[in-house]
This record gives sequence, C-alpha cells and structure tokens, in this order.
Amino acid sequence: MTDTKELKVREKQEVASPAELTKPGPVFAPNVDIFETEKAITLLVDMPGMKAGDLNVDLRDDTLTLTGDVSPDVGTPGEKVYVEYETGRYYRQFALSEVIAQEKIDAKLSDGVLRLTLPKVEKAVPRCITVQAG
Amino acid sequence: MIYRTLFGVPRRRFGAPFSDLEGMRRQMERFINAFGDGPLAREGAGVFPAINITEDADSYYISAELPGVKSADLDINATANQLTLSGERKISEEAAGARYHRREREAGRFSRAVALSGDIDPDNVKARLVDGVLTVTIPKAEKARPRQVAIQ
Repeated sequence: MTDTKELKVREKQEVASPAELTKPGPVFAPNVDIFETEKAITLLVDMPGMKAGDLNVDLRDDTLTLTGDVSPDVGTPGEKVYVEYETGRYYRQFALSEVIAQEKIDAKLSDGVLRLTLPKVEKAVPRCITVQAG
Repeated sequence: MIYRTLFGVPRRRFGAPFSDLEGMRRQMERFINAFGDGPLAREGAGVFPAINITEDADSYYISAELPGVKSADLDINATANQLTLSGERKISEEAAGARYHRREREAGRFSRAVALSGDIDPDNVKARLVDGVLTVTIPKAEKARPRQVAIQ
C-alpha cells in the first residue's frame, strides 16, 4: 500500500507541557497510530531515543498519559555544527472511551517504538445476540 | 580549535543551536512558513531523515531519528567526503478487523546524501542503531585532521 512511498521529513511537533516544568527544554508530541479490535485498543508510538526505564505510562480515570525524557547522552560528542532536530521530553495524553482491564495492559518498547496494548474489560467485548422470532 | 566550514548540501543554522534566541528565530520562521512558501519555506534540507551533525578534532558524528527502522533495512555508504543514508521504514500490517482511529506514523523509502566539509576515512565509518536513533561516527581523513604546530 504505502510500500514505495517516499518519506517526507516532518518536524517534531512541539507542545506546551501540562504544567510548568522545573527543567527547561522542549516537549514533543510523539506520532501515534491507534487501532481497535474487538478485544483491545493498541497504540503504536514513535519515541526515538527513549529508554524503557525513562518512559512513564500512566492510566487513571480513563486518562492515558505517556511521558518520558530522552536522556541527553543519546546525543553525539563534539561541537554541534548542524542541527535539524532537537530532543527532549515526550508528552501525550488520551482520554479513553472504553473501560480497560488495567491488570492486562502490556507495553513494549523496541527500536524507539512503544507498543501499548490496552485490553478491554470482558463486559465491553461485544457479544453477538441472536434474536429469535417468536 | 575546530575548523568550521560550510557543509556541501545542508548549510543553514550553524552556531549555538540551542540558545533561546535560536529557538525564537525558529518559532518565527515556522510562523512565517504558515503563510505561504517563501525562501524560508523549508527548514534544513527538507529531506528525510532529519539529521544532526557534531564534530570534534578526529571525527564527524551524524545522528538521525529512525524509530522502527531495522538495521537490515538501512544502507549506509561512504565515499571520500560524502555519506549516503538510505533505507525503508516498514510498518507491519495489523490483524484484519483492526479499525484505525489515528494514523500518524508513516512508512516509506528514504535516501539522503550528506556532503562533509573535509575528507573522511570511508573505511572506518561506524554506525549504530539504538532505540530508533542512528549514530554514524565518521573519522576524518588523516590529512584533514588538525595538527598541533610546534613553535621553534
């Protein structure tokens, strides 16, 4: 489908942080894919440079919050001579419309992409009810 | 001292890039860009992936954010003073029946050539792809390195 498309450069989207930060620096909204199946909602989040230990996934009151700082060690040594992108904190929040089975949430971070699976609680899984004539 | 010259292809925004002033200038540029494409329309070279370059006495370092790109899908070629990054970012298809609510991540091919100001040692270029960030270490050619001159 999109196999042979030429990728275009997109500037990282800088966002205002929810609260005033004690540590200065840019805050970016990561790009996400969200899809839903009958059993779960899955998020794929691009977070290049993120280490699993620095990423915080928080779900409370139907609000999902992703935050994480990219450690400055990710940068290269030497003097900066040319800069096209910056690194900093990632922040993005979603309001969930489904009830999530909190204990079954699964988060995996590989190659800078977070895969977050939020299984719906059993109740919310749709069941087919046959209507009988009579 | 590091000898600083213009790089062949990309040649904007040198100096202290993270200063507040620089950030403000960029904000302004973004604002101006929102109203049509003048000469300022594109920031950087406008080619994927966005790169950062640092330099010390012995090497150049190029970094690029390539989340989800596997090292097998990435090609790096070095010539006397040029480095080419090319590859493909693949996004695997999810199970049938998945309904997408958002699709912001993109898949596709990319290719970028970076001309460096001095000669490099193409045989000793090293690349690492960790957590979606590519770092290429490019040693300068012996003759391009600064040399301490003894005063007699």
